[in-house]
Amino acid sequence: METAIGATATVRVRFFARYAELAGRAEGTVTLGLPATVADVVARARAEWPGAAALPAAPLAAVNRRHARLDLAVADGDEVALLPPLAGG
Amino acid sequence: MPHLTPDPLVLHQLLAEVAAPRCGGLCAFLGTVRDGPGDGGVTGIEYSAYEAMAEAELDRILAEASRQWREARIAVRHRLGLVPAEEASVAVVVATPHRADAFAACRYVIDEIKRRVPIWKKELRADGTATWVDPSGHPSMVGPR
Repeated sequence: METAIGATATVRVRFFARYAELAGRAEGTVTLGLPATVADVVARARAEWPGAAALPAAPLAAVNRRHARLDLAVADGDEVALLPPLAGG
Repeated sequence: MPHLTPDPLVLHQLLAEVAAPRCGGLCAFLGTVRDGPGDGGVTGIEYSAYEAMAEAELDRILAEASRQWREARIAVRHRLGLVPAEEASVAVVVATPHRADAFAACRYVIDEIKRRVPIWKKELRADGTATWVDPSGHPSMVGPR
């Protein structure tokens, strides 16, 4: 898919459990130039908010409520969640 | 019915949800808050979740189980919030015509919950400390609660 030059995506980033404590927030938004991946969102989040620098560079992630690999492309309006190691049950 | 609940799990209600005349095998799994010898005096666990995704992931797991065991009737509940030691935090109940499928489907659902559903737990201890649980083996202290 061709991406228009200068196109950007504004993505909602959500933090949970220990990551929310580290980041000092439950959510935020970042705007990235396209094309961009989940990994780009993680890198931007870690740079954007001081406490978020303590998050792993390659955390478990979800896009729009589904598990997603870090190389998945993101689009404008996506919700990217950074998930600490899962511990249900 | 939502799969996540702040309320205590009531096994007989779940059994009633899945029971059917054609189902002669019912298998129930309960996971409880453990305070084992190496667990350091756990008084309870505070559960939190990415609720919208957890509900969606549980729906997907149940859909997969229903495709694999077509006659299975399955109910799942997971508690959120504070669950005191020894109380159940998760319940999986399966009814099938025969027992082998009930055991297999129940095992599949609880294993997939552990693997995929975005739920987290903070263990609360008698000494006032709290620890995020990382099943991969690296608990991290978060200090007095």
